[in-house]
Parts: sequence; structure tokens; C-alpha cells
Amino acid sequence: MIRDITIGQYYPARSILHRLDPRVKLVSTFLYLISLFIFQSISGYIIVTIFLGVVVSLSKVPLSYIMRGLKPILILLLVTICFNLFLTRTGSVLFSIGFVKITEGGLRSAVYMGIRLIYLIIGSSLMTFTTTPNELTDGIEKLFKPLQKIKVPVHEVAMIMAIALRFIPILLDETDKIMKAQIARGADLESGNLFQKAKAMIPILVPLFISAFRRATDLAMAMESRGYHGGEGRTKMKPLAYKKRDYYAYLIMLFYVVVIFVIGRYYPLRIWIF
Amino acid sequence: MSIRLENIQYVYSQGTAYEKQALRDINLQINDGEFLGIIGHTGSGKSTLIQHLNGLTKATSGNIYFNDESIYQSGYNLKNLRNKVGLVFQYPEHQLFEETVLKDVCFGPKNQGLTEEECEKRAKEALELVGIAEELYIRSPFELSGGQKRRVAIAGVLAMEPDFLVLDEPTAGLDPRGRDEILDQIFYLHQRKELAVILVSHSMEDIAKYAGRIIVMNRGKVLYDDEPGKVFSHYKELEKVGLGAPQITYVMNELKGKGLPVQTDARTVEDAAKEIIKGLKRKS
Amino acid sequence: MSIIRAEEVSYEYEQIDENGEIAGTYKAIDHVNIEVEPGQFIAILGHNGSGKSTFAKHINALLLPSEGTVWVDQKDTKNPDTFWEVRKTAGMVFQNPDNQIIGTVVEEDVGFGPENLGVPTEEIWKRVEESLRSVGMLEYRNQSPNKLSGGQKQRVAIAGVVAMEPKCIVLDEPTAMLDPNGRKEVLEAVRDLQKRKNVTVILITHFMEEVIDADKVFVMDHGQVVMEGKPKEIFSQVDTLKHYRLDVPQVTLLAWELRKNGLDIPLGILREEELVEAICRLD
Repeated sequence: MIRDITIGQYYPARSILHRLDPRVKLVSTFLYLISLFIFQSISGYIIVTIFLGVVVSLSKVPLSYIMRGLKPILILLLVTICFNLFLTRTGSVLFSIGFVKITEGGLRSAVYMGIRLIYLIIGSSLMTFTTTPNELTDGIEKLFKPLQKIKVPVHEVAMIMAIALRFIPILLDETDKIMKAQIARGADLESGNLFQKAKAMIPILVPLFISAFRRATDLAMAMESRGYHGGEGRTKMKPLAYKKRDYYAYLIMLFYVVVIFVIGRYYPLRIWIF
Repeated sequence: MSIRLENIQYVYSQGTAYEKQALRDINLQINDGEFLGIIGHTGSGKSTLIQHLNGLTKATSGNIYFNDESIYQSGYNLKNLRNKVGLVFQYPEHQLFEETVLKDVCFGPKNQGLTEEECEKRAKEALELVGIAEELYIRSPFELSGGQKRRVAIAGVLAMEPDFLVLDEPTAGLDPRGRDEILDQIFYLHQRKELAVILVSHSMEDIAKYAGRIIVMNRGKVLYDDEPGKVFSHYKELEKVGLGAPQITYVMNELKGKGLPVQTDARTVEDAAKEIIKGLKRKS
Repeated sequence: MSIIRAEEVSYEYEQIDENGEIAGTYKAIDHVNIEVEPGQFIAILGHNGSGKSTFAKHINALLLPSEGTVWVDQKDTKNPDTFWEVRKTAGMVFQNPDNQIIGTVVEEDVGFGPENLGVPTEEIWKRVEESLRSVGMLEYRNQSPNKLSGGQKQRVAIAGVVAMEPKCIVLDEPTAMLDPNGRKEVLEAVRDLQKRKNVTVILITHFMEEVIDADKVFVMDHGQVVMEGKPKEIFSQVDTLKHYRLDVPQVTLLAWELRKNGLDIPLGILREEELVEAICRLD
């Protein structure tokens, strides 16, 4: 059950996307996320879909694997769609039973929001699928390095992120094991009201915290024994250096943003209510 | 009483890139009061197999019968099954969570719906069985030594008074003395309380010493299912799958090969010594 | 010249009671004297709580002695100026493979140590490749450590230490959490390193069968070194070993049992072939 969570995981493959500089991927993802919200038209969605399709196929990450990442946000997705569908009341009424009314505007924003949310998750998980956590944190470290001048502990934050990402799967596995062990001892994790459910989590959370602390102590010792003493004087095995392809990638991103801005805004395709 | 597995298959993460068949066509029966050893290296499917025995993991196909009743039929009381088939996981001390040793051991019985007094009575009995001294009952389980913690965790399952006790590598990470203490205690329980024990281990020596029957797992399949002496007679095949037999099995076979008239199925060092002495006398 | 020398080393833990006050002290190691020559394969045996792991942490300056001195390559571990050099000289591998791997990709983890030492990028790549090859894990360089077996993870951890090019590797129960195959893998990797790279190896363990090839064995109990000598000398004292809660390999035990029964079998038999030969010689 818990194993199904794929968000934030790296998917090893050899693709052009895997080889890009993490800074390119970070900035591009940021631009892409913004691009999702700057248009309101079918033409915009067509461009985003094509763009995303190309990027997904370039990434060599199987589509089914990417789709699994959507599972944990299914509820959030449904809630968002329902809110938009039933609570937006603009345009003519398409359908109504009693107080439930679906309007043109409601349907439109429900579909738009649903697609946006799905694309948002796919886009950002693509970044983590194609970038090792180390690269990711290196990228963040380097992008935000100027902040070090105003005493922001950029290296430390990046290191914390890297370690967190490394231990997420281990701790998920551990949660699974502890849950099974307590169920074997007759623990009931499903029935009861919210308060009872929360209480039933104690036999899982306490061992999990203890284990996390034990691992943290062990890891700190291992890092220390391997000569870790903060960011100072450290060299990099994989120093970040832009290559030609990275500049091309920036150019493509820039082009994409301009296209989507211009076409999505000024050349909307209108079909029915969309 | 018995647990019967029929054509069990189990596939992990079905339909994904990480799909893996963990169990293939498992057929076996575990009877009342027996001491069964399950052996296999990491990834052979032994841990997955035992999680099927109390319904924690559901087979992809096949059926499991507890006392001739299918545990997969709708409305089957799995909670009740878990009271009958106690499962002690690997590193069970990692599931301790209560403020005191006694409270932690009470967790299982409490979930069974017993009264406070009954829970305590059971917990105290179980703690006594695993050899935890009374003055430790009110201590925090986290203050105990590694071996003690593990025994408390085992007591937590024993207090549920199961008929079948399944232990997944109960001695992993313990030193030799800790290991012997725990295994001796489990064996004692098995004899005194007629408890059926299913011991998963990767130590051939441990299994040979205690088990009346051994199941060897390899790549999700049952490779052998027989009494220890017979299983170890396949020591060459066992080696091929990365397991091997106890050292004494090799010595005995080697000696026999060199013409010393000895039986090769000795299970303990003492037996082997006696057999060699006998063999030497026979020869001279 | 010895690479590691511990002289009268003691280490005391403070026991803290419920009120947060010091209730007493507990001597985890007690006047230990150990000397290790370069290139040797040394084993330190003892049951859980015997002080062997506490001692191991002294070699890497993770702990500093309360009394006495530890010299690593002639450097006092207490001297703050040579602190990092000591850690560079003596690398350390721990028990739990999951809790000592920092990288999310095998090669990045192996590169972590050299990065900390400030090794130039190109040199890091060379070292990473070399050390992964030396433990037979080169083909896994781009994999996630989470997908590896316990034995493979430990070999990656060893490669991570080797990449720092230490003169000495201390392994603190590296096989305690592994299955027999994993144990074999790790031991072979360690033996190989010691032989081919002439690295000094200090193996802390409670598995007796892992130490039969050691140059020298120390047995610890209650924080003290209670036995020391070549494996054969140690293994001939089955009664004493049992007293210190240690296990003796079945062959050694069988030989000892036969000897007790009046058969003329030499002391300290470590291998199956030796025993078979000895028995065959009887008739």
C-alpha cells in the first residue's frame, strides 16, 4: 500500500532529461508551473499537452509509472473538481436537481482545474523522476547560493533535503513493517471515529519516531567518520557546469512560455463552452 | 488444528516496473504442535510466506485453510485468526511503544478484548515464560538490553496465547548467548505448552538443532519439505542454491566418503562425536 | 612501527538518572592495550556489551578516551590539530547498512568521503570507480542503494571508506545484520582489500567463523582484553571461549568433543578438512 507512493522518487534511466543540468530542470519546472496558470483556453491546453507529451516520452519514464504518482492525490483531485463543479455559478445552467446546479462556468473550471492539477503533478514528478536527489539538492544549493551572503544556510538546507529524500523510502518501508507487526498483535487501525483512529496510530508513530532518531544518530556518526564537516572545503564529484544542451533547453523553455502566452491568450480556440 | 496452503502464488507490485513473483505454487500443511523450520536466503520468499499464514498478506491466487476453513471466504474473522497464529516479526523490539514493559505486553491481549486483570495475568505469564525478571515489568522497554527487548516483544505475542507461533529470524543481530537463550526458551515453550512453532532462519545449525521438519525455500518455491536429516543429505544441492548444510554434515559425509562407517544425519555436535567414535570402533 | 596503538585506554559513560543527574559511571572499556601492525588483519571478538564497539569508535576519534591514549599512525586522537587526519587514516564501516549510506545513487555515496576531504573532481571519479571495482560493485554504480541486498549495501559502504584511501579500515560488526551469503560477500571483499591493497583491517564481530584467517585475535569481555593470540591459540581454549559467551565453530567444537572422549585430535582445529584428516589419521 505505502510502496505505491512514487512522488519524489528517482527513476533510473538514460535519457536526455536525466542528463540535463538540475538547475535547468528546476527553473524549467518553475516556468512550466507558472505556464499552467497563464491561459484559459483550449489552444493553451493543446500546447501544454503536446509539450508534456514530448517531455514525458523524452524522459523514458514509463507512463504507467508516472500515473501511479497521481494515486495519492486522487482525493485532493476529486475535492477540487467537485468544488469547482458545484460551487462555481457563472453562465447558464446545464443541469440541476434540487439545489444542485451545474453551470457552464462550473463545468469549465472543474475540467480546467482537474487537468491543471494532474499536469502540475506530472510535471513536477517528472523532475524528481529524472533528477537524483543529490543533483536536485546540488542544483538548489547552487541556484540559491547568492542567499548565503545574507546568512541563509543554503548548504545545510540542501544537505537536510538530500538526507530526507534518501530516508523517505526506508521510513515508508519501516512504517509498513510496524503496521503489520501491530496488526498481527490485534491492533485495529481502521474502525472507530477520528479520535479513536488517531489514538490507534500511537503504536505505530512511537516506534517510527524512535527508529527515525536511532537512524539519525547512526547517520550522523557515519557522516562524521567519513570526514563531513559542513560545506566548507568540500569538492564535488559532480560539479554543476552548463553544457550546450542546457542552454538549448533554456531556449526551448523560453520559446514554450512565449508561445503559450501568446496563443493561449490571444488565439483561444472555442469549442462549446470551453 | 492445522494450517493448509493450497497453490499459493504471490506477486508483488503487480502491473508495475517492479513486478516480482515472490511465491510460486506453494502447497503445504502445518500441523498442531510441530516444530517447523523454514530456511532460505534473503529474497527466497520465506518472510512473504509467513505473512500469509495469519492473513496479513493476501495471496494473488490460491487458498489457505485454517482448520479446514478458507481464510479468504467473505466474512472470515481474520482478527480471530491472528489470535490463533501469532507472528513475531524480524527485529520485533522495533515495535515496542508503551511506557512500561508490562503495558506493552498487554497490548495484544487488550486488543483481544480481555479485562484489565486478565491482560495483566496473561502478560505476567508470558514475561515469565521468556525469562524477564519481575523488577523489569515497570521499567520502560527502551531501557532494556537488546536481548531483553526482543524477549519482551516475543512475550507480547505469547500473551495472546496463540496455538501457532511464527518467528521470523528471532535471533538476528543477537550474540551467541542471546541467541541460545531465546531459541532454548522457544523450544521449551513448544514442549511444555504444546505450541506449534514455525521458525524462520538462515542458520542451518539452529534449525538442525530444534526443528522436527524443515522447509527449504528457493526463489519463491518449496525446494524440500522433510525431516532435517533427509534435507541435509541434499547438502550439495543446498549449496547450489546458496544455503549449504551445517558444518558437521560436511564432516560426516566426508568421513563416510573416506570409508569410515558412520551415519551422516547427526544433528548436534554431541551426536556427531558419538557417531564418529562408534564408527571408529566398528572399523577397528 | 605500529599503525594503531592503544595504551591503557579507558572510557567511562555517565549514567543519568530520572532527574537528569549523574547517578554513576560505567566503564565501557577498561585499561585496554592493543597494538596493530600495518597490513595486518586483526579481529576483535566479544559478546554484545563487551566494549568492542566502544573501542572501535576510539580508533576513528568518534570517541575520545577518558584515560590513556590512542595513537593512529603516530597521531594522538585527542590532538585537535590532527583530528581529520586520524579520520582519514582510519575509515569506519558500521553495522546497519541502511544508516550509513548517504547518497541516493551508489556512486554518489562512494564519492561522499572524498568530497569531504576536498579531493579534486577528476580524482574523485577515479577513486570511486577503483573502489567500487575493488569490492565488486562497479556494475551497480548507477543504482539506488535501496534496491541492493544487505551484503551489497555493506560492500558499497566499504567502497565509500576505501575511496578515502585510508591506511586502516575498522569494521564494527559489519555482518551482524546480514544473511550467510551477505556475510560471505562482505568478508571476501574485506580479505581481498587487505591482501591486494595492503590495508590494515580491524574486524569487530561475534561470529567466530569470520576470524579464522585473522593474523591476530583479541577477545574482549567487560571492557577488558581477556584473550589475545593467533586464531589457533584462541580456538584451542573452547572452555574459556564458552565462558566469555562466544560461539565456537561446529568443527572446532566437534574436534574438542572427540578429544574429550580420549581421541588423539590436535587442539584448535578450524577447518573441516583438518578435522577429517585428523580423524582419518587415527585408524
